[in-house]
Amino acid sequence: MNLQRVFSLVKKDLKKMIREPAILFLIILFPVIMTLAFGASFGAIGGTQSATYEIGIVNMNSEAYKEWSEHFIGNLTDTEILKIKDYVDNETAQADLIQGNIQAVLLIPENFGESSNSFWKAPSESRLWVNTTVHLYVDSGSMFATQAIQPIIQQILAVTVYGAQPSSTARPIQIGSPSLVEASRLTQFDYFAPGLFAFAAIFLTMIVAQSFTEDREKGLLRRINITPTTPTEFMTSQTISNMLAAISQVAVVFTMAFLVGYRPLGGAISLIFAFVIVTIFSLCCVGFGLITAAISKSPGAATGIAFIFIMPQMFLGTFVSVGLSSVAQSAGRFVPAYYVTDALTSLFLRGAPISSPTILLDITVLTIVSVMVLLLGIVLFRKYGKA
Amino acid sequence: MEKAAIVIDNLTKRFEDVTAVDGLSLEVENGELYGLLGPNGAGKTTVINVLCGLLEPTSGSVSVGGYDVQKEPVKVKELIGVCPQDAAVYPYLTGRENVELFGNLHAMPKDKLKRNTEELLGKMGLLEDAKRRVGKYSGGMKRRINLIMALVHDPKIAFLDEPTVAMDPQSRHAVWDFIRELKKENKTVILTTHYMEEAEELCDRVGIIDRGKLIALGAPKQLIDKFEEKNLEDVFIQLTGRRIRE
Ligand SMILES: Nc1ncnc2c1ncn2[C@@H]1O[C@H](COP(=O)(O)OP(=O)(O)OP(=O)(O)O)[C@@H](O)[C@H]1O
Ligand SMILES: [Mg+2]
Repeated sequence: MNLQRVFSLVKKDLKKMIREPAILFLIILFPVIMTLAFGASFGAIGGTQSATYEIGIVNMNSEAYKEWSEHFIGNLTDTEILKIKDYVDNETAQADLIQGNIQAVLLIPENFGESSNSFWKAPSESRLWVNTTVHLYVDSGSMFATQAIQPIIQQILAVTVYGAQPSSTARPIQIGSPSLVEASRLTQFDYFAPGLFAFAAIFLTMIVAQSFTEDREKGLLRRINITPTTPTEFMTSQTISNMLAAISQVAVVFTMAFLVGYRPLGGAISLIFAFVIVTIFSLCCVGFGLITAAISKSPGAATGIAFIFIMPQMFLGTFVSVGLSSVAQSAGRFVPAYYVTDALTSLFLRGAPISSPTILLDITVLTIVSVMVLLLGIVLFRKYGKA
Repeated sequence: MEKAAIVIDNLTKRFEDVTAVDGLSLEVENGELYGLLGPNGAGKTTVINVLCGLLEPTSGSVSVGGYDVQKEPVKVKELIGVCPQDAAVYPYLTGRENVELFGNLHAMPKDKLKRNTEELLGKMGLLEDAKRRVGKYSGGMKRRINLIMALVHDPKIAFLDEPTVAMDPQSRHAVWDFIRELKKENKTVILTTHYMEEAEELCDRVGIIDRGKLIALGAPKQLIDKFEEKNLEDVFIQLTGRRIRE
């Protein structure tokens, strides 16, 4: 293997990627646009900054004087900035808080009505009051929840129970200091993002198919063939160029996703893993591209035929499959892109370690399949593609 | 006597429906400039493609530089430079990048590659346009780059398939000067052309083929005398019986 030959061919391919607008679009701009578009529509951009705040309420007030708690909830509902969601028990409310669906949980105690009533019967005789506490849990990651929710609730409580004149500081009902709960703020984008990485690389199939058929049509493959360049050197250069393209795609998708607020789990190691797995996947795309070029008569035909490989992978193996039925999702096992998306989902979304069985299985299957597809592509192209 | 640089022995090449080369035998000596003439479709390009190993002979054998093309294709590829009939160039690379790429594919040392590139670009009048992308070149400029790409690595044996077609007179004369220099450097050249004055001017010997068969062979002067015509063009027309179409 002569490195001078391989490098000069790689250099040529990289220049092509940068200089031909259609290819630059497909490799770089397209992933940028996809990432931004998905980021914008599925929440990473400005995800949790909405103008209203959802508060979960668990009303545990006993039948005695229950109208007090209902009145309180009614007043809370009337405020424009709070959106009230009722829960039957604390557990389900807490679960929603942890998942980031609501920003706070308010527990109305059993004796809330009794306490309010005792105050109204003897507003100035605090020894006759039934004391109680309203518990509040807030999302520690939400500025609004930690700073503003308590005062708002305090005020509404005052209006509801004590009338508009909060004369003395002594009260029968206290608001407990808010318990901070760490909520994971998963947006829909978090579910889509892992599938963006494979999505970008899938289109390398089309680029490879077009570039081989074009070069064949122009007589450039023959021309290289009459230099001492060996087929191995030539295919190696193609593989390296496309791996580099895949690496830059991952970098682009990461950068854009990061800019729109995406923060995957797993840190630097999972980042490196993403580069590795997409690079392996690019071998498979080169293989599909070669198979396409072997059976296509012209660059135009190659574009069409490339979609035979692109479409199933796109629908079953990338973010597009997020909303699919479980039947369709298991059909994904037949497309290589699925394993990229599956591994990255485990890593970025569920925070699985790289050594977890799912991820190891994914990368093993992908590597075997990719190498086989690449070899098949090379054999088929050498046999049928030269004409 | 030294072995001939190129030996074609009873070569036949058939495609599905046509016999492009039909029992052709010829030898080209070391340092000889050999003109391969013939009307369109006579089989000239097919012969060259067999010589450089792109096409397998249906029967017969060819050797280049003493190596059998079928058995030792890599040895042959190291010796030859081929200028294809249809310019094969990377449109997104500049002229200089195209030339340097092919020098690198022949594993040339960097400094020699630089030197040869600049020298050839200068001789072909492309120095100024060398930094422009070839996709934007005129037809004649593409053909000049096409020729430089074939010769940048200083091959011992060159196959030039209609190198001057579509060139303006200045460029054509530059190519002629250039081909004469190759001869001075004792290179072996097979040149195909439809310009009879070009063949008359440059070639030591010409072989005229028609329908894949050799129908005349000799120095241009010899052929003119033998067939009692005033120039090679008339010899050609007399022998092939058709008008030249290019
Ligand atoms: N790949 C191919 N498949 C089928 N037929 C071919 C192929 N290549 C050449 N031929 C046929 O072989 C014959 C010789 O073609 P060739 O290109 O060698 O002619 P030529 O002498 O170079 O002509 P020209 O002066 O037009 O360049 C033609 O009839 C051509 O149609
Ligand atoms: Mg020809």
